[in-house]
Amino acid sequence: MATLTPVLDIACLRKSYGGRSIVSGVGFSVPAGVCFGILGPNGAGKTTILRCCLGLASPDEGKILLGGYPVPENACAARRRVGVVPQFDNLDPDFTVGENLLIYGRYFGLENAEIQQRIPKLLDFASLTDKKKERVQTLSGGMKRRLTLARALINDPDILFLDEPTTGLDPQARHLIWDRLKQLVAHGKTLILTTHFMEEAERLCERLIVLDHGSVVAEGNPRGLIASHIEPDVIEVFGDNAARWAENHRDLCDRLEISGETAFFYCRDTAALRKALDGETGLHFLRRAANLEDVFIKLTGRELRD
Amino acid sequence: MRVQAFYKFFSPILCWFSPGWIPVWQRNFLVWRKLALPSLLGNLADPLIYMLGLGYGLGSLLSQVAGVSYMHYLVAGMAVASTMNAATFEALYSAFSRMHTQKTWDAILVTPLSLDHVLTGELFWAASKSFFSGFAILLVIMALGLVAPPFVLWVIPVLFLPGLAFSALGLIICALAPSYDFFMYYFTLFITPMLLISGVFFPAEQLPQAVYSVASFLPLSHAVLLARPLLLGEYPKDAALHVATLLGIAFVAFSIAVALTRRRLLK
Repeated sequence: MATLTPVLDIACLRKSYGGRSIVSGVGFSVPAGVCFGILGPNGAGKTTILRCCLGLASPDEGKILLGGYPVPENACAARRRVGVVPQFDNLDPDFTVGENLLIYGRYFGLENAEIQQRIPKLLDFASLTDKKKERVQTLSGGMKRRLTLARALINDPDILFLDEPTTGLDPQARHLIWDRLKQLVAHGKTLILTTHFMEEAERLCERLIVLDHGSVVAEGNPRGLIASHIEPDVIEVFGDNAARWAENHRDLCDRLEISGETAFFYCRDTAALRKALDGETGLHFLRRAANLEDVFIKLTGRELRD
Repeated sequence: MRVQAFYKFFSPILCWFSPGWIPVWQRNFLVWRKLALPSLLGNLADPLIYMLGLGYGLGSLLSQVAGVSYMHYLVAGMAVASTMNAATFEALYSAFSRMHTQKTWDAILVTPLSLDHVLTGELFWAASKSFFSGFAILLVIMALGLVAPPFVLWVIPVLFLPGLAFSALGLIICALAPSYDFFMYYFTLFITPMLLISGVFFPAEQLPQAVYSVASFLPLSHAVLLARPLLLGEYPKDAALHVATLLGIAFVAFSIAVALTRRRLLK
């Protein structure tokens, strides 16, 4: 059942480590039943925000309300209705797939019989039914991620935090995870997802925020953000002296970005540019629609973040 | 203010009386159960080799130590020292693996359990495991007929106390360790010297006065002074003092360990 009260409400969140501000005044709220994305380059403060939401780090300032409970004061109660898929797998390597779920359910105070009842459904959801008795160490990366997702659902949570859930997975494994996450939203769960895969955010998130240097630089739904920040068409030009060629044809587009030897022409109308490219033999080009990655790059810049 | 700070420092102890730590203990127990036999044999072999080697070898050169045969003298110390070793290993290496390498604690900390529950579970687990090891030695000692009634069964609860104290001390070191190598310092600077001056192998009274005074503060000394008379069929002198000291060390060390681990993990 959808409610009007947000399941996560954050106001004026600030957190610094050793004098360095990591989160500087972040506020947003997540309505129930949506997949909400937190995007940002490395070091933008995504993981710190998640840690604060779960009560694992105390904010220097700000208010957090998770599932109606103030955090960190009431974090233990809030976590009862929450599932977490961490960035790095921390499954129990000494246990089988089934034991991992059983042991984890006990941390929520669930009875063995109740957990045993939930396990077959969860294994089915994670496509791991025939792996129940396998040791975790024998699983592939994709299977481990799916088990981590199943484990996060052991307490039948309303809210699911996913910290870069598909990092390091091959495309098949990633698509399977995406499919499962969509199912969860369809079943009314609220997903809070950090990622720096723009495709992932575009496919899954109804709403998202873009973070940079600890602040929210944009908020909205993916299509709205693309429409309001980026021209509809993009032509990427690469090949011999592409950068210099692009500088000379700057006036054929609304906005030009050059990164190394690739030029990005952002256009409302691509006709003139395509005509100019027609006669060029050493250049290659690719025409595509503007996407969330363009928004992300425009907002957070092209320089590396380590 | 002072009362509040005092309460805050010792508040993790309250967690000992809430059931939240039990699933953490169960998790470790389940892992151990898979490897219980080799683990127990490993914990048993080392002290038994020392006990039999020193007991029969050195013992044959000594007519009596502190009024009894050397073998009778040695067994209590070995039982207690083996609980110390087992507790220390578990709270250092195994707990560190779960905290740092496997990130098992991170996985638990996003459930309704708190870090206090995790550390309490680890404390009681390390104490339990060391108890199993001490108890196994006790069974061997009894089988060899090296004990005298009527207090011998009292040794069983007594073995849990040094386990608790050394687990709590170990968790402090675990919270401070940057890597596994760090634990070597704790062994060479604390555990090994303590083993030699706490009356395990010979009466501590024979040591120079200064060393003897230091030894009398050490947890292992108190555990030996409790266990030895019980195994020899006597009621220990100052039993309440020794029990209180071991429990006090466990309380204080555990509270310090919680404060340090919070600083490390919940930044």
